[in-house]
Amino acid sequence: MAEHGQHSVPHAQAGEFDNMELVHPKTFLGKYVWSQDAKVIAIQYGLTAIAIGLVALVLSVLMRLQLGFPNTFSLIDPSSYLQYVTMHGMIMVVYLLTALFLGAFGNYLIPLMCGARDMVFPYLNMLSYWFYLVAVLILVASFFVPGGATGAGWTLYPPQAISPGTPGIHGGILLMFASLAVFIAGFTMGGLNYVVTVLQARTRGMTLMRLPLTIWGIFMATVMALLAFPALLVAILMMLCDMLLGTSFFMPEMLNLGEPSTHEGGSPLLYQHLFWFFGHPEVYIVALPAFGIVSDILATHARKNIFGYRMMVWAIILIAVLSFVVWAHHMFVSGMNPYFGFLFATTTLIIAVPTAIKVYNWVLTLWRGNIRMTVPMLFAIGFIFTFVNGGLSGLFLGNVTVDVPLADTYFVVGHFHMVMAVAPVLVVFGAIYHWYPKITGRMLDDTLGKIHFWVTFLGTYAIFYPMHFMGFAGVPRRYYGYGETTFIPDSIQTLNAFMSVAAIIVALVQLVFFYNLVRSYFRGREAGPNPWQATTLEWQTEHTPPRHGNFGTELPVVYRWAYDYGVPGTKHDFIPQNMAPDEVERADRVDQDAPGRLPS
Amino acid sequence: MTVTLVFLAVMMALFGGWLFSHSINVRPWEAQVTGRSRLQMPAGVTASRVGLGVFLAVATSLFALTISAYLMRQEMGHDWRPLAVPGLLWWNSVCLVFGSVALQSAWKAARRDDAGRLRLGLLVGGGFTIAFILGQALAWWQLQARGIYLSANPANAFFFLLTALHVLHLLGGLFAWSRSLLRLQRGATPRNMLPSIELCALYWHFLLVVWGILFALLLTT
Repeated sequence: MAEHGQHSVPHAQAGEFDNMELVHPKTFLGKYVWSQDAKVIAIQYGLTAIAIGLVALVLSVLMRLQLGFPNTFSLIDPSSYLQYVTMHGMIMVVYLLTALFLGAFGNYLIPLMCGARDMVFPYLNMLSYWFYLVAVLILVASFFVPGGATGAGWTLYPPQAISPGTPGIHGGILLMFASLAVFIAGFTMGGLNYVVTVLQARTRGMTLMRLPLTIWGIFMATVMALLAFPALLVAILMMLCDMLLGTSFFMPEMLNLGEPSTHEGGSPLLYQHLFWFFGHPEVYIVALPAFGIVSDILATHARKNIFGYRMMVWAIILIAVLSFVVWAHHMFVSGMNPYFGFLFATTTLIIAVPTAIKVYNWVLTLWRGNIRMTVPMLFAIGFIFTFVNGGLSGLFLGNVTVDVPLADTYFVVGHFHMVMAVAPVLVVFGAIYHWYPKITGRMLDDTLGKIHFWVTFLGTYAIFYPMHFMGFAGVPRRYYGYGETTFIPDSIQTLNAFMSVAAIIVALVQLVFFYNLVRSYFRGREAGPNPWQATTLEWQTEHTPPRHGNFGTELPVVYRWAYDYGVPGTKHDFIPQNMAPDEVERADRVDQDAPGRLPS
Repeated sequence: MTVTLVFLAVMMALFGGWLFSHSINVRPWEAQVTGRSRLQMPAGVTASRVGLGVFLAVATSLFALTISAYLMRQEMGHDWRPLAVPGLLWWNSVCLVFGSVALQSAWKAARRDDAGRLRLGLLVGGGFTIAFILGQALAWWQLQARGIYLSANPANAFFFLLTALHVLHLLGGLFAWSRSLLRLQRGATPRNMLPSIELCALYWHFLLVVWGILFALLLTT
């Protein structure tokens, strides 16, 4: 791992957390396993999330094998197919994307970008990761219990989730409940840290309106998650009572395989309300950090200030607020009052306004920018395309009258994969390419990165774009096989085979990414402290990678926002947040020989 | 979901208002020499207080959602038979009020650096809280003895669920309380313990308010 020194910059006097007591362990276990350093915890979160994400990726390939080449692979039966669908969805949404954006990027970037030494409650932060790991292990264990993992779909709708006939109704669903409960407990510990650190531990001069948009995105997503996850917790607790104690919160009176059930009067709709009260904000819990990160990547690699910073901040807040009043658009086909549907269609479409503002601002940031087509930039631009595509198909589904015929078809699968799977994952990749040099001190290989981008970007379009047309043809989702049907033409099967081949290629190209990660760690070009010439504080640390405590003996002082690229009136291409105005003037005067760069 | 939406609206209005005051008339693109003040938040707004505030918001969300579910289930099913709330709950409520008052006095004693009164306040507060929890358990047992089972009716199920959730939160509080008591026994000074005692007292007051709302809900529906 490469390490670089950089001269120190002006610093603040002591504040509440300037001289916080940090635990500096000497042993390997203390440093890298039971660590209380947010950066190590971030890497632990990241590696665990990627590991479980790979399991979900393999599950998706298995699903695609069945759909593309039906009845070819004997290990995939209808039950296991449903289990793959369920576990793929749950892992990707909760255990990969939420954990990666908030647990990994949140932990790494919040203290560094705010100018703090660490999270304000480091012990709780460490516990948060260990709870997350236990949650992941419980989830993985559900594959190995009798009956296997649950096959109820990631929404875990009752009565199906706990009724005979559904795969994994004994151990599988119980372990899913347990895993989610542990995850939520762990997340609450981490979330407390993220929120309080942003509010309390910002360095001198780092006002709210000078925070990088990455922090705004992560901060608001955490606030949303803290308020939304209790809905999931309440829902699974109540379903657990229905399952184990015989209550009837959600379970109606019904016949189970010809036998009358012991339940009566329960309302599955009540579960749907609770689940989607969590489930819809969850979309934005994943999207908001992605929005923030993309904004910072675009500004840095286009060498331009972000267009409409204040509007971007308020758009994030507005999206967060509105996302709590749209949940029932997931339930348009549940038999709701038409006026209720109209109300939720309206709120859903209103969300398009702040979202569109963000998209316009990203494009306007690029407009006449000095764009550097680096790998992070490619992923960020790829995100804008994908997010716009996914967002436009969302306008279809947000309207009740269009949603009803498209509900439960592949149109929905195509839409949500574009908007909340591919788009955020492109940001995850972009962010890793962007911050890897700070995390390890070495650059990722550019050529491998570009191969990774183009195959992933085009490949995901090959997989998910045709799904919209399948949806229009009425092909239902979640089916193991379609058999002989009159309304599904043969060409759909050809399309399915094509999509499956694309999925396998996209899955395989991720190996290039992992090879790049490992190879560059040992042999990558040395990055130096600030290879992208970025303004934010994480690039101004004394050491690369930053040591425990992040900054030197004193914390940096912030004088400006995070977007001083190509500032008119100075000779410099960028001005770090911690550079005082008089220092800039001084540098302007002495920097005659090498214009465009600040002295390091 | 009206209850939850009202809670969220209040939360968001507070947060939005606070943020608005920080962003109005601010020109983020202008570089400025930073003032001497290090504090980003008003004095007295410490990290632990903010941390507790955030946790209370999470707990409020949990209770608001459960209450929403209670009210929705009441309307959705036709099998709801209201539960006759055991009279013992009144006595339990008095215990919780005393527990909260005792912890308030412990907080006051910590501010005055009075170790004796602090210990007394903590012990009495914890004692009444344990009495409350035992009282709740007794109420459950009484209901069972009267043939009012958890699974017989959704009103019963919600009674057990709401009270159990509340007791679980109290048990979490008692864990923090026992740590404080242990520190005091080991010779920590009241002034050093002030932050943790303060958090305990605030948490107890919060759970008292939550219990008041839950009890009123159970009595009136």
